[in-house]
Amino acid sequence: MRYGEREALAGVSFDAAAGELVAVVGPNGAGKTTLLSILAGIQRPTAGSVSRAPSEVGWVPQQPALYSKLSVAENLALFARLEHVSDPRGAVERMLEQTGLRERAAEQIGRLSGGNRQRVNVAIGLLSRPPVLALDEPSTALDPGQRERLWSFIRGLAAEGTSVVFSTHDVGEVQRYASRALVLADGRLLFDGSPASFLAEAERAAGDSIVDFEDAFVSFLRRRGHQ
Amino acid sequence: MRWLLRKDLLILRRSRLTVALLVVYPVAIALLIGLALSRGPTKPRVAIVNETTPGASVQVGGRSVDVSEYASQLFNQVEAVPSATRAQAIAKIQSGDVLAAVVIPHDIAARLSSDISQAHLEVLYNGDALEQSLVQSSLNSALAQANLGFSEQIQQAAAQAIGLLLKGGNLGVLGAPPNLIGLSQIPPLLRGVIARQPPGPDRAALQRTLAFATFAAQNLTLSKTVLSTISQPIAVHSTLLHGRRTPLNTFAVVVAVSVSLMFVCVLLAAGGVALEREEHALARLLRGLISREGLLAEKALLAAACSFLLAFAMLAGIGAFVSLDWSRVPLWLAALFLGALSFGALGVSIGVLAREVRAASLLAFLLSLPLAFLALVPSGSVAGGLYDAISAVSFIFPFKASLQALDAAVNQASPGLSISLAHLLGLTALFGALARAGLRRLD
Repeated sequence: MRYGEREALAGVSFDAAAGELVAVVGPNGAGKTTLLSILAGIQRPTAGSVSRAPSEVGWVPQQPALYSKLSVAENLALFARLEHVSDPRGAVERMLEQTGLRERAAEQIGRLSGGNRQRVNVAIGLLSRPPVLALDEPSTALDPGQRERLWSFIRGLAAEGTSVVFSTHDVGEVQRYASRALVLADGRLLFDGSPASFLAEAERAAGDSIVDFEDAFVSFLRRRGHQ
Repeated sequence: MRWLLRKDLLILRRSRLTVALLVVYPVAIALLIGLALSRGPTKPRVAIVNETTPGASVQVGGRSVDVSEYASQLFNQVEAVPSATRAQAIAKIQSGDVLAAVVIPHDIAARLSSDISQAHLEVLYNGDALEQSLVQSSLNSALAQANLGFSEQIQQAAAQAIGLLLKGGNLGVLGAPPNLIGLSQIPPLLRGVIARQPPGPDRAALQRTLAFATFAAQNLTLSKTVLSTISQPIAVHSTLLHGRRTPLNTFAVVVAVSVSLMFVCVLLAAGGVALEREEHALARLLRGLISREGLLAEKALLAAACSFLLAFAMLAGIGAFVSLDWSRVPLWLAALFLGALSFGALGVSIGVLAREVRAASLLAFLLSLPLAFLALVPSGSVAGGLYDAISAVSFIFPFKASLQALDAAVNQASPGLSISLAHLLGLTALFGALARAGLRRLD
């Protein structure tokens, strides 16, 4: 993927199995958002392809893409209709149930907390029951409690067979929730494997045991010339 | 597109303050512009100090013209506030009660009657540069009108005196003998006398006198016409080359409605597109839920529909007070519809440039307001090159074309409606394409 002269992403290839939780991690400008945008069909790659059609990928942008003057139910219903979901009312009911927002269905989005907005944001990505869910830094701006509830919800989705690909700056989330990590830097894929194997590789390279995953991540990048 | 339209209508319904502002503000601006255009400046409030003695008059050929006639002429041209003294008039100017004061000096009659000195009026005024300019332009016009009226009075008196000289009778001048012979009566009398005279030096002298009397009577008759020509040397006959003569108040209605149409439509369309970005929903929508063209068309059409209804309601409402030709309603609708459509296209092209509604609104105002004023600059009021530049700018934005279309629809003004409608269609396509390109650039 190129932006003019700049190569934002090059030679990145991966597949995700059903129920897999794939974390895309890397420093700023690594190409995480570009990768997820291509996966969601928002950007067309200058080369390469995605095996799933955009309609098969649920998209959860970093900033909640919701209408603050509409209620939770109205937002869900609007996107269900725009996505041509066969039973929009049923889909809204299902998502209200799944997100635990039934009590607040009539409340306008503008009056919800950041955590609840993000839950609606994720719910919209799931309206058409997509086999793949792409989340761009889903836990940014959430407090620890909201983050915990969000991840519990996402893990539930993965447990039901949805392939989840998410980007994050928080390497702790990678260690805790991901079944697989893709480490990107300067648009190149530096690592593809489980968090445990990443830690092991970082220890091997350092020649010492590394307890903290964040230390391992920083050390890994530094050894490859990335600050 | 249907669901997006329903969503936007729902958001509009819940944004009552925004909608109220969106309607009230442009309508208020439009009405102000309309009023400013339709109402000429009212008569300036002027203190008049008449220092002449009652009955003072100017003598013209034995006739007298009362100097108070001049004051009456002046009173008709201004909102006159009689003041007894110069000091009182100055106090009224300083308190802001009057804009200026005109002092008619006590010796004006003597000076007007004199062959060697010109009569003078004294004008007193105050204020900043703008007020001074207003006073000068208002008073110059009022004084010119009063001067013209007064000189007509003098001309009539002079014409009456000439008439008496020609016809004869009692001149009414102190010391003049009664029942004087008129100049035009002398030639026939002389001809009779000459016919009875034998040839000789007396007859020749009488024939020379007859020639002079005939010539003098003819030229004095002509001088009456010359006098009226001098009082108003050039009369103006005006011919409108294109279209129909448009009353200023109906043109003001057209301006007011066009300004409202523009503001409501451009603000709604720009705000509609910017709202999608502000809510971060644009990327989600454009990943296959709706096409770029569909999104832009929905925003432009919604804004066009709302502004069209508002503008038509305004036109119909004002039509209750101003005489409009209701048989031309289909043409009004055509002009309003295409005007709204082109403003909608302009609005969405502004909307794609802004990241948030407030920025879009500001940008829409910054662009629209000067365009409206530029489009109203009349030719000849600025230098030729500048007017050409203004015309070029006005041509590539929809306000002037929309104004011309509505003016043609309401007032049968030129250029014709079809030309303006075609222009608006072209501008709709142009701004639609620009908005589409701008939206692509956001990718």
